[in-house]
Amino acid sequence: MNPIIPMLVIVPLASAFLIMVLGKLIRDLPGYFTSAVFLVLLITSYYAWMHNGNGITVYKVGGWEAVNKIPIGIYMVLDGLSVIMLCLISTLGFLSAVYSLSYMKRYTGEEYYYALLCLLVAGMNGVVLSGDLFNIFVFLEISVIASYALVAFGVEKNELEASFKYQVLGGIASLLILFGIGLIYWKAKTLNIADIREAFKAGYDGTYYTFVQMLILCGFGVKAAIMPFHAWLPDAHSSAPSPISAMLSGVFIKAVGIYVILRLFFSMFVISEQIAFVITALGTLSMVFGVFLAIGQWDIKRLLAYHSISQMGYVIMSAGIGMILLSRGTRPDVALLAITGGLYHLINHAAFKGLLFLNAGALEYRLGTRDLKEMGGLASEMPITAGTSFVASMSISGIPPFNGFFSKLIIVIACIRGRFYLLAFLAILVSIITLASFLKFQRYAFYNKTNAGKDLTGKEVATPMVFSMIVLGMLCLLMSLLAIPSVRESLLKPAVDVLMDAGNCMSKIIGM
Amino acid sequence: MKGMTTIVKKTTQILAGIIFLYGAYVVIHGHLTPGGGFAGGVIMAGAFILVTLAFGGGFLNLKKEETGSTATENIAVLIVIILSLVGLFLGAKVFFLNFLPRGTVGELVSAGVLPLYNIFVGIEVTSSIFILFLALVIFKEEDT
Repeated sequence: MNPIIPMLVIVPLASAFLIMVLGKLIRDLPGYFTSAVFLVLLITSYYAWMHNGNGITVYKVGGWEAVNKIPIGIYMVLDGLSVIMLCLISTLGFLSAVYSLSYMKRYTGEEYYYALLCLLVAGMNGVVLSGDLFNIFVFLEISVIASYALVAFGVEKNELEASFKYQVLGGIASLLILFGIGLIYWKAKTLNIADIREAFKAGYDGTYYTFVQMLILCGFGVKAAIMPFHAWLPDAHSSAPSPISAMLSGVFIKAVGIYVILRLFFSMFVISEQIAFVITALGTLSMVFGVFLAIGQWDIKRLLAYHSISQMGYVIMSAGIGMILLSRGTRPDVALLAITGGLYHLINHAAFKGLLFLNAGALEYRLGTRDLKEMGGLASEMPITAGTSFVASMSISGIPPFNGFFSKLIIVIACIRGRFYLLAFLAILVSIITLASFLKFQRYAFYNKTNAGKDLTGKEVATPMVFSMIVLGMLCLLMSLLAIPSVRESLLKPAVDVLMDAGNCMSKIIGM
Repeated sequence: MKGMTTIVKKTTQILAGIIFLYGAYVVIHGHLTPGGGFAGGVIMAGAFILVTLAFGGGFLNLKKEETGSTATENIAVLIVIILSLVGLFLGAKVFFLNFLPRGTVGELVSAGVLPLYNIFVGIEVTSSIFILFLALVIFKEEDT
């Protein structure tokens, strides 16, 4: 068994508590220590990605072997999909930690911040790696509770209100999820995802099954901020300190929301056409309405937060199209294309949305405001922030040669080839409106001189912040390489295979 | 926060120790009887909270107590993690391995590492519940 798998959870978890002990003694330690730990995680997860290939690795915690092919212990599963999520989490985690080195100087209680950040990462890694439902719930709660505290880290009126709203909605979501898990356990008599699939395949009660699916979809829908459940996101993501907004928008809603939805609805439940339609409809809804809510915003971080909803809509929609086609059993090549596009867009979104939130943080750090109307003409004073945010804005709006263009292109092609012409049209329309709202952001923040009535003390931010922004900007460009079919084949294929061929993968896990 | 009357203080002096011992009993017998680290830890924290309530905030240095409790909590969690990591280096080399001899079922010293986990989880829960209480008290004290 591969000891890397539990280490990815233990190391950040242990360092969270170590920081709380040592941070009291050595003042500057927490920031550098967290960055170092996340660098180790980064290297480890990329190593795992390179060496995993198409394989599935199972780690049985405590050494409890399966009895008569029925899993009894806690399973941790590393496969193509989870390893990509791990890489995303550790990349953004490392860059946010480095960015925080200078950004968090303004706050008191730095050791609490870094300890919570480590807990957040530990929880997300746990969600991504665990192979049974209840551990997904436990790790979900670890990371969600850390994120409640991080959203409220500024302890001002707005932050506390946002955090409270988030806690209430998140609590309801957790309740729905727990209820759903309980109902599954009642019928299936097991919590292991692969084993549940076997139990459901043997036969199930249709109404009961749909009810459970709805509970799970609503619960994780809140965590992923799909449209009718999105109310907490704009407040929470705009109130948190900027590196945390980057983490929350960049990986958190993906790891605890979308990843789990994909994993459960593809691998655990037997795909049905109705639920696939529901998922596609929800995805389309959040894609279209998210962008219309975003374009009117003047607060940068709220604008970005609404765009997260809209961009996640693309991912959900294309995964839903994949599910519809898979359930019909026709056109598996188009289903493959749709799922690939969704995953590719998910990865791209982590890069450009993380970068945009870091840019917003840099502006807020220098100017002390998030209101676009109070900015202007900063392109000459903050050239690196302006340049990187231009890259990110063009990526998110889908302008070639940046990565967002290619993933949106794949999604649109998949829509057209699957004969979902309306969805293809909406995807293009939303992309154009996204471009409009980011041109507004660019113009008011960096180029519009007329608003500079008052003295703007714009100056480029400190080196650690610049470093994180440049790395993410380069990633935005580099990831367009994934559009080349052979590169995409080798890097994304294992992840897509896990979703396309879920039955086979799950029976492999049972057999181990 | 002021203390309460002499009657309450005297009763607390007698009761707090017994409550603490009962909590410790629940923790130590975690692998044999219902209860365990969490349940016993909450009872032990109850003893501390009772003393603080009866004798008032002035009797204890609350801030210092909080720092101490935080350190204890974190160290207890770290020990649990280290205990689970030891399994990676012994025997079957798996995380969370029960590496100690199991003993006879029903004896106090049995079940391998489980009693150790219970004890450290108990310490962790005691200190974290006490921190929650102290945080509320300190907040109230600073407010007035």
